[in-house]
Amino acid sequence: MQMIVPVIILLTMTAAKIKKVDIAESFCEGARDNLILAFELCPMLIFLMTAVSMFTGSGAADHISSAAAPLTERLGFPKECLPLALVRPISGSASLSLLDKLLSEVSPDSFAGRTASVMMGATETTLYTITLYYSSVKTRPDPKVFVCSFAADITGFIFAPLIVRLFFK
Amino acid sequence: MLEYLMLLLTASAVFFSVFTGNIDKLSQAALNGCGDAVSLCITLAGSMALWGGIMRIAEKCGITRMLTRLLSLPLSVLFKDLDDGKAMKLISLNTAANLLGLGNAATSAGLRAMSELKRTGNDSGKSAAVFILLNTASIQLIPVTVASLRQAHGSEAPWGIMLPTVITSLLALAAGLLTANILYMKGESENADDRSRNNPADDDSSKDQKGGHCRKLLRRRKG
Repeated sequence: MQMIVPVIILLTMTAAKIKKVDIAESFCEGARDNLILAFELCPMLIFLMTAVSMFTGSGAADHISSAAAPLTERLGFPKECLPLALVRPISGSASLSLLDKLLSEVSPDSFAGRTASVMMGATETTLYTITLYYSSVKTRPDPKVFVCSFAADITGFIFAPLIVRLFFK
Repeated sequence: MLEYLMLLLTASAVFFSVFTGNIDKLSQAALNGCGDAVSLCITLAGSMALWGGIMRIAEKCGITRMLTRLLSLPLSVLFKDLDDGKAMKLISLNTAANLLGLGNAATSAGLRAMSELKRTGNDSGKSAAVFILLNTASIQLIPVTVASLRQAHGSEAPWGIMLPTVITSLLALAAGLLTANILYMKGESENADDRSRNNPADDDSSKDQKGGHCRKLLRRRKG
């Protein structure tokens, strides 16, 4: 699995040679667009990261996690991941910041670190996505849509530690 | 919504630090946080650019087209009630792009799919909900951002979470679909009752004019 990126690079370049696609030009096109994306992400990230930093640095995050710890530990959910679970459906940049903070405090290969990574990858910024799509067609979103999406998010959060435990005994 | 979150985070931070006497830590955290954000962006910029470049090559080789075609069959099962071919194609494209981690392509295809759904009056029913669900359940085969973040923090196996992530997103999607089926099952029979109560003469035409009925229903609701 660690070979995945080199293998994909190799496969893509081979396919490009076969299909006579210009590798250098296409690569630079895609890379440039994503660099611009990263650059555009930065201001909002600075804004949110500062707030998240203060939140975790002041001990507020720890207090909230510890308060809910008895319940979450019984469900097998690491308490460090609780702030991430709360923030994930609301803001992508805030969740990224929280994940970054979390991974600097616990090892990324620990149970909490892996669970947080899986949670981050398996769910999406629900509220933003729903708002984006419905506002583009000027329709008010059906409340049922929120319920379905939150059901998916919550399932993702519940199963993340279980699947991690399954894979990494 | 985001602004309320910011307000909440900042307020709780200030409150807690005063309460626990961590005021120095708080100001330190504020100044470190902005620097951390820039480092994070630089870390992510490299892997995002690499992935963007490789995926652009793959796109030009036709992988998105191939994946879109592969997905149209399983997706048509999810969208049994949708009889709009153009929307189905766009939804497949949107899902294919999401799978490959092509955010921009996914969003543009998704927005087009949404406006197509609106055009045929399907934007407030089960099909729209399932489409939104496919986007919010984030089925991404290769989580590049998370992996590069893990690598930056010294993980020995940053990609080890790839398969668990895919499995978890599929489970999340399944749960969302189940919820959608439950919520929209009752809804459809209620709509059918409403329709026959308000339009006894239209009962015969209801079977072959589904789109027209949705539009009539929407007009009645607005009026």
